[in-house]
Amino acid sequence: MIPGYITTNAPALLIAVPLLGAFLSPLIGRISRDARALWVLAVMTLTALIGYLVAFLVYTEGTLLYVFGATEATLTIPPDSGGIPIRIIFTIDAMSALMVTIAVTVGFAVILYSLTSDSRRSGLEAYYTIFLLMIGAVLGMVSTGDLFNFFVFLEISSLASAGLIAYKVERGRAVEAGLKYLLVSTIGGIFFLFAIGILYGQYNALNIAMLADMIQWTPLDKLALVLIIAALAAKCGAVPMHFWTPDAYSMAPSAVTAMLVVASQASLYGLFRFCFTLYGVTLNYLTIGWVIIILGVLSMIVGVTMAIPQKDIKRLMAYHAVSQTGYMLLGVGVGLAVLGDQALLSSYGTTAMEGGIFHIFNHAMYKGLLFLTAGAIIYQVGTSDLNRMGGLGHRMKWTMIFFIIGSLAIAGIPPFNGFASKFLIYESVFAFSPILSIIAMVVSILTLASFVKVFHSVFMGPPLPGNEQVTEAPKTMLIGMAILATIVIVSGIFPQFFVQNLIAPAAQALIDQAGYVATVLGGV
Amino acid sequence: MLWNLPYIVVVLLAVIGLAIIFLKRNLIKIFLGVSILTSAVNLFIIALGYREGGIAPIYTYAASEKMVMATPQALTLTSIVIGVATSALMLSFAVIIYKMYGTVNVDEIRELKE
Amino acid sequence: MRMSKIVRFAADVLFGAIVIFGLYVIMHGHLTPGGGFQGGAIVATGAALVIVAHSYEEVIGMIKKAVLMAQESAGLVMFAGVALIAIGLGTTFFFNFLANSGSLFGMTVPFGPNPGELNTGGVLPLMNIAVGIEVWGGLAIVILYMLSGIGKKEEA
Repeated sequence: MIPGYITTNAPALLIAVPLLGAFLSPLIGRISRDARALWVLAVMTLTALIGYLVAFLVYTEGTLLYVFGATEATLTIPPDSGGIPIRIIFTIDAMSALMVTIAVTVGFAVILYSLTSDSRRSGLEAYYTIFLLMIGAVLGMVSTGDLFNFFVFLEISSLASAGLIAYKVERGRAVEAGLKYLLVSTIGGIFFLFAIGILYGQYNALNIAMLADMIQWTPLDKLALVLIIAALAAKCGAVPMHFWTPDAYSMAPSAVTAMLVVASQASLYGLFRFCFTLYGVTLNYLTIGWVIIILGVLSMIVGVTMAIPQKDIKRLMAYHAVSQTGYMLLGVGVGLAVLGDQALLSSYGTTAMEGGIFHIFNHAMYKGLLFLTAGAIIYQVGTSDLNRMGGLGHRMKWTMIFFIIGSLAIAGIPPFNGFASKFLIYESVFAFSPILSIIAMVVSILTLASFVKVFHSVFMGPPLPGNEQVTEAPKTMLIGMAILATIVIVSGIFPQFFVQNLIAPAAQALIDQAGYVATVLGGV
Repeated sequence: MLWNLPYIVVVLLAVIGLAIIFLKRNLIKIFLGVSILTSAVNLFIIALGYREGGIAPIYTYAASEKMVMATPQALTLTSIVIGVATSALMLSFAVIIYKMYGTVNVDEIRELKE
Repeated sequence: MRMSKIVRFAADVLFGAIVIFGLYVIMHGHLTPGGGFQGGAIVATGAALVIVAHSYEEVIGMIKKAVLMAQESAGLVMFAGVALIAIGLGTTFFFNFLANSGSLFGMTVPFGPNPGELNTGGVLPLMNIAVGIEVWGGLAIVILYMLSGIGKKEEA
C-alpha cells in the first residue's frame, strides 16, 4: 500500500518536506500567486499525511527511530563509534507522535485559512516561506531525540515566529511585539545552550537517551535543569515570563497566532520531555513537581484575572491562553510530583498527566479555533476593539457558531473537549491537593464569565453603525475553522476513545524512562 | 588554577551581558548585551572541547584513542550562525522601530502597554 | 552618498579578490578551516564593501535583488536535495553516498602528510557549495535591505 522506503524514511520526510517546500515557494511564487497558494497547500497536505503516517506507525508499532546519515535508519550505534550514538537521532514515541498530530492538524487548518485571510497583504513570498519553516521547526522540536538538535529547531521556530509576529508592522506596534518575543526567546535559547554545555561537559553526550542513562543529580545537573526550566517556561508563556504572550498573540496575523499556540506547546513538550525522560526519577521529583505546579497555578490565576478587563479581542484570548497553559502545567506537574511513588502514580498521578496532556491536545484545537474566529471577525470588521464590534450574530452566522463551540470548550462545558480534560484534572488533582482543584474550577468559571462577555459584545444586540455591511467570512477561512471545530466536538463527545488510544500511551511514554533509553541504546 | 580561567571569563562575560540587557535602556545596547551573552556561551562550549594531549581528527597518523571528536566545535559554529541570524533580525526590528517611533529608548517604546 | 574616486576604484579592485578568496574558502571547506558559511560570509563582505563605496542607487543597478533571492532559495534547495538523493539510493537522509565511491569527490583520503586532496569528502563539498551560495545571497540581501531602509523592508 505505502512503499517501504516512505515508511522507513517518514520521520526524515516529516522535516524535509516542509523545509524543501518553504525554500521552493519563493521560486514558485515567481510564476503566479495562485501557483504559490496551490504549492503551499500541497506541501502542507503532504506534510500532514506524513505526520499522520508517522503517528499511525508509532501507535501501532511502537517508538520510531531515525538515524540521520547512517546506512540504515535504525542503526543507532554504528559499530565503529565505540558504543556511543554519535549521529543525530529522531526518537518519536507516543508523546512525540501526539504532538506531531496536533502540529500537522492545526498547521493544515491555519494554512488553509491563511490562503484567504492574508491574501490582501504584500510580501507574501517570504510569509509562506517563514510559515512553512515554522511548521517544520515545530515538527523537528517534537520529534528529535538529541539535545542540541532540539536547540537548533527551537531557535529556528523562535526566529520564524518573531518574523511572522512583526509581519504586519502596524505603525511599529507589531515590530515591538516581535522584538519582545525575540528577546525573550533568544535569552531563553542561550540559557538552554548553557544547560547543554553543562550536560555535555559532564557526560560527553548529547543524545537524550544516552544522557538519561548516565545522569546523576550533581549540583551541575541541578543548575542545568533550572536553566532548562527557565528557558522553556519562558518560551511557553508561563507566568513570571508571560509578558510577551499578549503582545505577540494580539499583533500577529490570526493564522500565525494559532500556530504560535502550537509552537508554545512544543516548548511545553520540551519541558515535560526533559523533566521526565532526561532526568526522570533521579531529580527531586517532589520539589520540581511543586515548582511546576506553582508555575501552573500562578499562570491560571494571573492569566484569567488579566483577561477579564481586556478590550482587544485577541489580547483577551491571549491572556486566556496563558491561563490554559497553567492547567497543563498543573496536570503534568502533579504527575511529576508523585513520579517516584508507584502507588500514588497509579491511583491519581497518571490520570493527572493524562488530563494535562489531553488538555494540550484540546487547547491547541479550541484555542486555534478561537483565534481563527477572532481573525475572521477582524478581517470583516476591520478592528480588534471589542467596543466597536456588536450585532455581528446575524451577519456572520457560521463564525458565531464556531465561536460558541470554541468558547464553551475553553470554559469546560460538556460535551465539548475542554470539559473532558479539565474533568480529568479536577478529579485527580483533588486527590493530590483539594485546594488546587478548587482554584482550577474557579478559574474555569471566570473563563466562562469572560467569554460570555465577549460573546455578548461581539454578536448580540443591534449592529453598530458601520457594521451593517459586514458579511460572512470567505469559504476557505470557514473550512479551516470547521476542521478544528469538528475535532473539538468529536473529541468532546468521545473523550474515552481519545484518552485510551492517544493520550494514555503518551502519558505512559513520558513515565517510562527506561523504555525510552532501551529503544535507543538497544537495551544496554 | 589556570585551567579554570576560561570558565571564569565565561561567567564574567555572562554577568556583563545580562547586566547590560537588564540595566541599559537603549535597544542597540541591549542587542550588544545579547551578543556578549552569546559569546559567553560560545566560549563556554569551546572551552569544554579542550582535551589535554588530544589530536585533531584530521591527522591520519594519530592513534585513534587520542583523536578528539569535534562536536563542541560543531556546536559552536552552529550557535554562531544562529547568533548572526538573530542579530540581523533584531537590528532590522530596531531600524523599523526607530523609523516608526523616532527613538530606540525602551522606556519610550510603550505602545502596547495597557 | 558617493565616496571619492580612490575609494571606489580600490573597492572595485578588491571586490574581485574578496570574491575569489570567498570561493576558495567555500571550495576547500572540507580540507581547511572554513566552509560554506564562512566563505559565503566573505563573499557577502565583498558586496558590503561595494555598497559602502558606491551609492545605494548605483549598487542596485549592479546587484539584482531578485538574483540574490533566487540564489538563497537555490542554495537551500540544493542542500536539501543532496540530502534527499540519499533516500532515493536506499539509505537515510543526509547519508554520504559519494564518499570513497571513486566518482565526484569520491577519492579515499590519502594517508600521511599531504597538501590536501580536493577530490575527497563525498557530499560534504556539495553541501558546502550549497551553503556558500545560500549565505552569499542571504547575507548580501540582508545588507541591501538594511541600507535601503524600512520603507522597502516590508517587501521582503
